[in-house]
Amino acid sequence: MSRLAVWKFASCDGCQLTLLDCEDELLSVAAQVDIAYFLEASSDRGAGPYDLSLVEGSITTPDDLERIKHVRRVSKHLVTIGACATAGGVQALRDLADVREFAAVVYARPDYIRTLDRSTPVSAHVPVDFELRGCPIDRGQLLEIIGAFLAGRRPVVPAHSVCVECKARGNPCVLAAHGTPCLGPVTQAGCGALCPAFNRGCFGCFGPMESPNAAALNARLRAAGMDDDELGRVYRTFNVTTFGSSSDA
Amino acid sequence: MEQAVLTSLDPLIGALREHGYAVVGPTVRDGVIRFCELGSAADLPAGWTDEQAPGAYRLREGGEPVFGFAASPDSVKRFTHPPRSTLFRMRDGVPEAVPVEAPKVALLGVRACDLAGLAVQDRVFLGGRYPDEAYRARRAALFLIAVNCAVPGGTCFCASMNTGPRATSGFDLALTELTGPHRFLAESGSERGATLLEALPSRPATDADRQAARQVSETAEQRMGRHVELDGVKERLTERRESPVWNEIASRCLTCANCTMVCPTCFCATIEDGTDLADGSASRAERWDSCFTLEFTELGGAPVRSSGAARYRQWLTHKFSTWVDQFGTYGCVGCGRCITWCPTGIDITEELERLR
Amino acid sequence: MIPAPYRVRSRRPDRADTVTLTLEPVEGTCPPFLPGQFTMLYAPGVGEIPISISGRARSGGYVQTIRAVGAVSRALCRMRRGDIVGVRGPFGTSWDLAAAHGLDVVVAAGGLGLAPLRPVIRELEAHGVRYGRISLIAGTRTPATLMYPRELARWGRDFDVQVTVDHPDRAWKGPTGLITKLVGRIVFEPRRTYAFVCGPEVMMRATAEELLRRGVPAERIALSLERNMKCGIGRCGHCQLGPLFTCLDGPVLTYDRVSALMEVKQL
Repeated sequence: MSRLAVWKFASCDGCQLTLLDCEDELLSVAAQVDIAYFLEASSDRGAGPYDLSLVEGSITTPDDLERIKHVRRVSKHLVTIGACATAGGVQALRDLADVREFAAVVYARPDYIRTLDRSTPVSAHVPVDFELRGCPIDRGQLLEIIGAFLAGRRPVVPAHSVCVECKARGNPCVLAAHGTPCLGPVTQAGCGALCPAFNRGCFGCFGPMESPNAAALNARLRAAGMDDDELGRVYRTFNVTTFGSSSDA
Repeated sequence: MEQAVLTSLDPLIGALREHGYAVVGPTVRDGVIRFCELGSAADLPAGWTDEQAPGAYRLREGGEPVFGFAASPDSVKRFTHPPRSTLFRMRDGVPEAVPVEAPKVALLGVRACDLAGLAVQDRVFLGGRYPDEAYRARRAALFLIAVNCAVPGGTCFCASMNTGPRATSGFDLALTELTGPHRFLAESGSERGATLLEALPSRPATDADRQAARQVSETAEQRMGRHVELDGVKERLTERRESPVWNEIASRCLTCANCTMVCPTCFCATIEDGTDLADGSASRAERWDSCFTLEFTELGGAPVRSSGAARYRQWLTHKFSTWVDQFGTYGCVGCGRCITWCPTGIDITEELERLR
Repeated sequence: MIPAPYRVRSRRPDRADTVTLTLEPVEGTCPPFLPGQFTMLYAPGVGEIPISISGRARSGGYVQTIRAVGAVSRALCRMRRGDIVGVRGPFGTSWDLAAAHGLDVVVAAGGLGLAPLRPVIRELEAHGVRYGRISLIAGTRTPATLMYPRELARWGRDFDVQVTVDHPDRAWKGPTGLITKLVGRIVFEPRRTYAFVCGPEVMMRATAEELLRRGVPAERIALSLERNMKCGIGRCGHCQLGPLFTCLDGPVLTYDRVSALMEVKQL
């Protein structure tokens, strides 16, 4: 039986919890794989090596740097899950400022804090076999990754825009119909177009799609009333590092 | 062809339901006029209209008409070629067909462009060497009640595509909404349509009704928001394959695929493999795909059409040129959805003009 | 779109990354096929890809050669005798052997392109008298990646067979470099020649252009095109090349129909 491990780095645990949220399917997963290391669910610490490691969280401390190398060594396949692990996460906002200043403001004894200047994705440090995007990840996509891994097939995790899912779901485009700012056209699918289904614009939590044209979308967002400040913020939430300078495009 | 004048659509909706149809028609929901199941004629968008422009749709309060609006955000392709359908399952090496879901649906309020879209789809799915039996079943389960357009939208150009605004074929019943007094001139386009119409409370159509209906279509034809010059377009597009215009369009194109999703004729699909974790069975499903995605042309790990320009060129050239080679008709019916629902408002009629 | 279950009757590893399978239907017999046609081979739970038919086994099964490059081809290559493979087809156009009757024949293969040409070569082997001079030229990355080495040696007794490699090893005594160089080394009367060409697109274009330059008419240069295919029956839209559905109008097409299309980048 294939052995599964779930690891946590700098993150909120939400992506790991997606596995527990699988409820009905979780039993099927447990029947197919030996969940050997998953501290969120069990204190058992089955020793490596593991066939599949799911890694949540970004690399933010010197310890993380060592630990992710260990995880890579003991894992046949390493899949990163969530915006933290794939793009540095919300905490990568500190990349835009001086982390020591933040530490000085937040902590009484900042000298106790051992942290790196930047919050980086796992792929910046070790080879990653697959990246599952989202904040949090999508339950269906997580099961797909595990199913595809077991079947030895390429996971069905399309890199096209959210719009494809949005229209398949039957949503009218919120940008065209209501002028609601939406990052769907530059964001990778995977969530099932959750926000537009509730008449909200996409927040871009799955990061950039395969061929994003932020410059073209920004022109439209400006016309919808967003100023440069807002435009700057809208791309700088979950995927600061991967959306990069999209707001300036 | 039977003709009659109806004063209410409730008996029609009732009769269709008695025949086992779910009646689906336009209604105001999510800030748009979209097709949903109707309870009664009261669910129709009486008093509402829409304004459509490149990249923009707005719902507005309108006048008296029930059908005083243009194309819905979504095309009827959803009913004939659904976004996703399971093809088969395979357990222990034995493939099992999955029954085709082909519910009886009466579409009330489809437009001439929608019917033209279905005619194009018929050629695509049924006209070749390998007809799509699932499509055939879903198509056969539709009862089509057209409504002749009175108020074309700002992005409509069916008149120049010769597909509207008047529905001339492909329907079971066609209605023209008339005012003063408010009534509908109904005509049948099929035997079952005629049978249904005969059973409805109505009065015979007069020359005045017919004249008023003609007037509605003639006025609509004059009010097209857009125009396409078809003369020579097929040849021109293949001659313009290396035009710099494609790159310029690509600077505005998001490659988001909205245009292909809302298009009533775009038929491209991909196949997805699945495995059931519980019982170990494998399955394959067909789902809408788009020539705007990179995976669409992936070969040996890299896409053939990597640039946005190449992808837009494929789409537009297919619609107005290579579609004709393949299916003997244009792949565009002039509904204008791709213009209204393009987030950046790329207007194919304008782009065709620039490619002249 | 539902495949018929076939059983792997035999499996022969050809090279490090290629495997030749013989497939027989679980029920009934294999439908007839024409040289150049392909089937959609389905590895249950993994996916489906187009693979050309390289011949019919004595038992009547399809002989199909697969190179492990993606998840599906890897799964197919891992299949063992007795395993179930889903098969749809055969699909597509075929090599027009009758059009080559009475003419000199040039068969040009690049890499795995030899697999779709194998039924052509078998026909030339069986009915050589119907054709003029027959030459087979093949290009491959290294001597170790050359397909069907034993059969090539056998074919060499009947026709002029020449092989070039991109990266020779120490033992290699033959020509190196592009396959177009071999066109100058074989004997054919250009205006009375029919060419069957299969390989990577750049190799096919270069070979076709070289043959054209020497006077072989474009309508007598047949190529087998490759595009992303999901359905094999003209429905998914993926394999379009201009007006052509590669799966229906191809894969075998003559150069007069495709040269202008192949010239356009990213078409």
